[in-house]
Amino acid sequence: MAVLVIAEQGAGSLKPATLNAVTAAAKLGDVHVLVAGAGIGAAVEAAKAIAGVSKVLSADSADYAHGLAEALTPLVVSVAKGYDAVVASATTFGKNLLPRVAALLDVQQISEVVAIENADTFVRPIYAGNALATVKSADTIKVMTVRATAFDAAPAIGGSASVEAVAVIAGSGKSAFVGQELSKSERPELTAARIVISGGRGMQNGENFQLLEAVADKLGAAVGASRAAVDAGFVPNDYQVGQTGKIVAPDLYIAVGISGAIQHLAGMKDSKVIVAINKDEEAPIFQIADYGLVADLFKAVPELKEELDRSA
Amino acid sequence: MKLLVAVKRVIDYNVKVRVKADQTGVDLANVKMSMNPFDEIAVEEAVRLKEAGIATEVVVVSLGVLQSQETLRTALAMGADRAILVQTDAELQPLAVAKLLKAVVDKEAPQLVILGKQAIDDDSNQTGQMLAALLDWPQATFASKVVVAGSEATVTREIDGGLETLAVSLPAIITTDLRLNEPRYASLPNIMKAKKKPLDVIDPASLGVDIAPRLTTLKVTEPPKRQGGVKVASVADLVAKLRTEAKVI
Ligand SMILES: Cc1cc2nc3c(=O)[nH]c(=O)nc-3n(C[C@H](O)[C@H](O)[C@H](O)COP(=O)(O)OP(=O)(O)OC[C@H]3O[C@@H](n4cnc5c(N)ncnc54)[C@H](O)[C@@H]3O)c2cc1C
Ligand SMILES: Nc1ncnc2c1ncn2[C@@H]1O[C@H](COP(=O)(O)O)[C@@H](O)[C@H]1O
Repeated sequence: MAVLVIAEQGAGSLKPATLNAVTAAAKLGDVHVLVAGAGIGAAVEAAKAIAGVSKVLSADSADYAHGLAEALTPLVVSVAKGYDAVVASATTFGKNLLPRVAALLDVQQISEVVAIENADTFVRPIYAGNALATVKSADTIKVMTVRATAFDAAPAIGGSASVEAVAVIAGSGKSAFVGQELSKSERPELTAARIVISGGRGMQNGENFQLLEAVADKLGAAVGASRAAVDAGFVPNDYQVGQTGKIVAPDLYIAVGISGAIQHLAGMKDSKVIVAINKDEEAPIFQIADYGLVADLFKAVPELKEELDRSA
Repeated sequence: MKLLVAVKRVIDYNVKVRVKADQTGVDLANVKMSMNPFDEIAVEEAVRLKEAGIATEVVVVSLGVLQSQETLRTALAMGADRAILVQTDAELQPLAVAKLLKAVVDKEAPQLVILGKQAIDDDSNQTGQMLAALLDWPQATFASKVVVAGSEATVTREIDGGLETLAVSLPAIITTDLRLNEPRYASLPNIMKAKKKPLDVIDPASLGVDIAPRLTTLKVTEPPKRQGGVKVASVADLVAKLRTEAKVI
């Protein structure tokens, strides 16, 4: 079996979630990686070096510069036809692109796969992760997005794949990139961080997130948020952890001023250790927290920072 | 300009989902059902476009069981003009939904179709993208801002790194994210009025589309349960436990 992984790249590098997708794909067969974009030299080199990848297909074109689904779909559909399975990471890039590809292949995509039982049987969460469905696909090409937290990252070095350029196919041109506003942060990426500290409505405003940032910097952690905190404008949308935001599974997740709605839990309940700081001892978050601290966050979080300073 | 909005009847987001003991699915007997929250946002956006004088008609469509009429009536009460139910008891997977919606779009010829980004039951996040592919229309998924002017929509999208803005030529597909708007509650007079708005029921067979499921669900199980842990008395206690017991810092 040969499996095509759709790499995610940008700003001259390969996105880390591609490594998790490679691990998932390797369970299905021989892994080839498609890197499509504009000026993708470094990303192709990175893909070549991933352990377990046997071939890299490169498609370099200005048309692919912004990773638009309309531009990439004809290329991916054409390349995919030679494969038994097509895999992308369940990032906003993968979620946007892959169903468009699947529809043209006349395939029912399998979203957010968390386990691969065999060549046609997969496990995926439904109902905000309150249930796990084991599904068997009858399609000849299996098309799936995979959840990064469910598969380890493949080693970024050690591989020596061959590289083949594939012919560029023009997209529809019915959509155009206008601009982007990316959040800048020196902190680790939310979905890849070993420690995450998230704030909820209890933070009261955006400035108070500095309390969490101080702790995050001490621990080398990423900062996340509940939907309520994002909706209220405390922090940007890409901080949202949950059913419809980002899925994280760090070694340590610290939830501050977050009640623990199922939609939030869906995004973090696979964390190894969960800490909750909440002034309401009845808050549902305590039902899943390994360590719960009933306290006012405005007292507890500064204390936490001091305690870490002291005992470091 | 005519707008089409796809609305799905799903388990209410407040309901605690229970997996059936025989592992065939989740228990939907006597649980509250509502419009998929992302679809409420889609309806709201469409109605606002009509109120702004950009859209002339808002048609809502649902695919599924007879009771989906209630969901359509809710959309009508929010301000949609007309509803279509493609009625079936069959299991519909996103590809089949997209094919049926394409058939409806072919008939209705809207300039814009707005869907939710994700149905909170199957959590697929596929239908809008698939519909766009089948129609060969551009797509603007996960929208947090939509501006329609002339023959183009400028859409701000929520992406992993922040926000991205695209311009898509009409006709186009848009799928909604949470921050696009805050859906209104239907007022009592509008709920009454909605009862008189047209609701057509059509048979999927009349649309000539293959809707057979491609995925067979072998079983549905409960995820491993997390055990609640302990309460700590102080921050010092917490830090000590994280260091020596959990060894994560
Ligand atoms: C379709 C849909 C999708 C959704 N997707 C997501 C998602 O992806 N992610 C997500 O997070 N939510 C999501 N939600 C929203 C979810 O249902 C909850 O509304 C949300 O998670 C609540 O956020 P919160 O816990 O910050 O706020 P609240 O529920 O208001 O909780 C605030 C908590 O802060 C505590 N608190 C207040 N002040 C203090 C203080 N001084 N010290 C200590 N504690 C304090 C309170 O006791 C309370 O427990 C979604 C909802 C819907 C309908
Ligand atoms: N049975 C359905 N009836 C109407 N709309 C649907 C149906 N299924 C999916 N949709 C639309 O497609 C969106 C995404 O659904 P999904 O791809 O299943 O996550 C939903 O938010 C709806 O707008």
